[in-house]
Amino acid sequence: MKTLAELRKIREKAQQEMRLRQSDNRVKIVVGMGTSGIAMGAREVMKTIMEEVANRNLTDVLVTQTGEKGLSSMEPVIDVVEEGKQTVTYGNISPEKARKIVAEHIVNGKIVNDFVVTVQS
Amino acid sequence: MSLKRTDILICCGSGCVSAGSLKIKAKLIDELKKHDISDEINVIETGCMGPCDYGPVMMVYPEGVFYRNVSVDDVEELVDEHLLKGRPLKRLMMQDVDDKVYTKVSEIPFYKKQIKVALANCGYINPDKIEEYIALGGYEAIGKVLSEYSQQDTIDVVTKSGLRGRGGGGFPTGRKWQFCYDQKADYKYVICNADEGDPGAFMDRSILEGDPHRVLEGMMLAAYAIGAQKGYFYIRAEYPLAISRIKKAIVQAHELGLLGENIFGSNFCFDAEVRTGAGAFVCGEETALISSIEGRRGIPNAKPPFPAISGVWTSPTDVNNVETLADLSTIFTKGPDWFAGMGTETSKGTKVFALTGDVKNTGLVEVPMGVTLRELIFEVGGGIPNGKRFKAVQLGGPSGGCLTEDHLDTKIDYESLKAAGAMVGSGGVIVMNEDNCMVNIAKFFLEFTMEESCGKCIPCRVGLKQMYKIMERITSGNGKQGDIEELERLGKNICELSLCGLGQTAPNPVLSTIRYFRHEYESHINDKSCKTKVCLPLMHFFINKDKCIGCGLCSRKCPVSCILGSRDEKYFITQEDCIKCGNCMEVCPVSAISKIAGVGYKPIDDSDSIYG
Repeated sequence: MKTLAELRKIREKAQQEMRLRQSDNRVKIVVGMGTSGIAMGAREVMKTIMEEVANRNLTDVLVTQTGEKGLSSMEPVIDVVEEGKQTVTYGNISPEKARKIVAEHIVNGKIVNDFVVTVQS
Repeated sequence: MSLKRTDILICCGSGCVSAGSLKIKAKLIDELKKHDISDEINVIETGCMGPCDYGPVMMVYPEGVFYRNVSVDDVEELVDEHLLKGRPLKRLMMQDVDDKVYTKVSEIPFYKKQIKVALANCGYINPDKIEEYIALGGYEAIGKVLSEYSQQDTIDVVTKSGLRGRGGGGFPTGRKWQFCYDQKADYKYVICNADEGDPGAFMDRSILEGDPHRVLEGMMLAAYAIGAQKGYFYIRAEYPLAISRIKKAIVQAHELGLLGENIFGSNFCFDAEVRTGAGAFVCGEETALISSIEGRRGIPNAKPPFPAISGVWTSPTDVNNVETLADLSTIFTKGPDWFAGMGTETSKGTKVFALTGDVKNTGLVEVPMGVTLRELIFEVGGGIPNGKRFKAVQLGGPSGGCLTEDHLDTKIDYESLKAAGAMVGSGGVIVMNEDNCMVNIAKFFLEFTMEESCGKCIPCRVGLKQMYKIMERITSGNGKQGDIEELERLGKNICELSLCGLGQTAPNPVLSTIRYFRHEYESHINDKSCKTKVCLPLMHFFINKDKCIGCGLCSRKCPVSCILGSRDEKYFITQEDCIKCGNCMEVCPVSAISKIAGVGYKPIDDSDSIYG
């Protein structure tokens, strides 16, 4: 170790690995993982989202899950929660649609209106 | 690259490990495999999270959910519900008396008054990974100091922070460094004193286990300031986990070039190694510790010369406690004024305490200096369990003293506690409820120091033995008039005539209990009665004939057949033969048997007054 810059490089990389434990994420994608959600393929959707987030190296995105959302007919359901913005709920999500949401909504900031169930502030 | 979505931190401090956290970890990994989600979830071992009473404990991020009293049988449900379906398990969360469930750690009262400096990363990072320590700003302080500060600047920062030795002595750290720095010598040493020996103390162990790199960085800062090239961690052999973690930390620091030659491109070259002690209490005393490191028998030497002038192999040596070193990196990153902003006039910063005994939340806590004993015991500690009353608190282990209810509003700082007859000490806090016999407690601590005396000074070696004999006499019902005065005389002499801290403080538990609980000594001696019914020779079992149904179960279970009687006449205990095993009381179906203070037979002065 010769310089502080070197140390900081290690730190930045290490902080990535510990991101889950810090609460400074820009946006949170919440996947509904109730029984009906799982039956309709929520696990696949979640895996796809996680892959997509990892491939695009989106370091400020958190993927998490929640229980039954009560929208059984529209499962799998995901929420995109962003600080200071409206929470968008998408329904009938497939892995394909999930990829599109990551690309359009998370990266470009444009809501994918075709899949939206509700938008709430 | 696969992105993880959840971090599970399992507390693997010694308390939780013995409660089974490693088994839980193994089961968790199995379950994750079974559900095919192993690559989404990190399972991480951390150091002590603090609330040892509720162990095994774990934290689940990103939600920040805190689980307590987790058992292997809970793991399946936990994985199924929380990790798969995202429904945190309410029944494993912390609850208070009104059944309020605490989802978040920050809401739990145990953590509310705490400010964590030395324990900042404990229970949050994986102690086996240097990267996690670096991620939270680790080694930034030493990097900054080596690039920008002179040695004198470094010492000045610590002096300004007001940091004092956390091992018990309370000597200003900056001043110690200055002495060491002022010595002209080719070779100097830094020693981390991790010979934590007080019964009921586990602060240093937990810091070493939970955040070893923080202590290592602190040692490097001390080494740079005084100009040392070599450091020793002196850790007792009964702390195997702490030893292996710090050894691993040293290896990792070497790999990254944080130890060795020309660290951060400066002229500072430093290396550290671990020396294990055999666990003698006296080796916590710095001159005895140095003897032990040199390979000699661990006995103290006369001071002066102080180790700062002539220490290991007669080189100037700086000996700092684990917690002192653990505070340093934060003092440099957050600034000395920040640290000095906490605490009282003379005692700055925070102090780690190990809360044990009759207190609800036993565990490891870090509070700012200057909080009162009441806040520490009743707010952070949650008070006394099972509706019992608070009786006394022993601070500073076997070197400290007992304080009573009257002292609960005493501020915790070096001077206030000393004035009250106790000491901050290394931070062991043993809380006692009304069921404790203070004479017996004092005897316990005296037995400990008597056995740990190295034998060099006669007052300590012989005097403590004599005091112990008197204590034994008192607790066995043979106390005589004048015993209390003799204890006081011996104690005072031992304090004055011993070379090291062990002897100088060993009589404190006896002296402080005489000071505050003299009436208990008197009733042991004069009335042959132990009010708390702890000293077996000074209490007896008694069968209440009004309650007794004459079933005879007690008589059949009595190992010495000293319970006689019949269904009609009911039963009674022949006190002379009773060995006080308590079997009868346990088996009685109608709770007719109780413990009564006093001997119960052969009244001393021919009066029946004490016969239950």
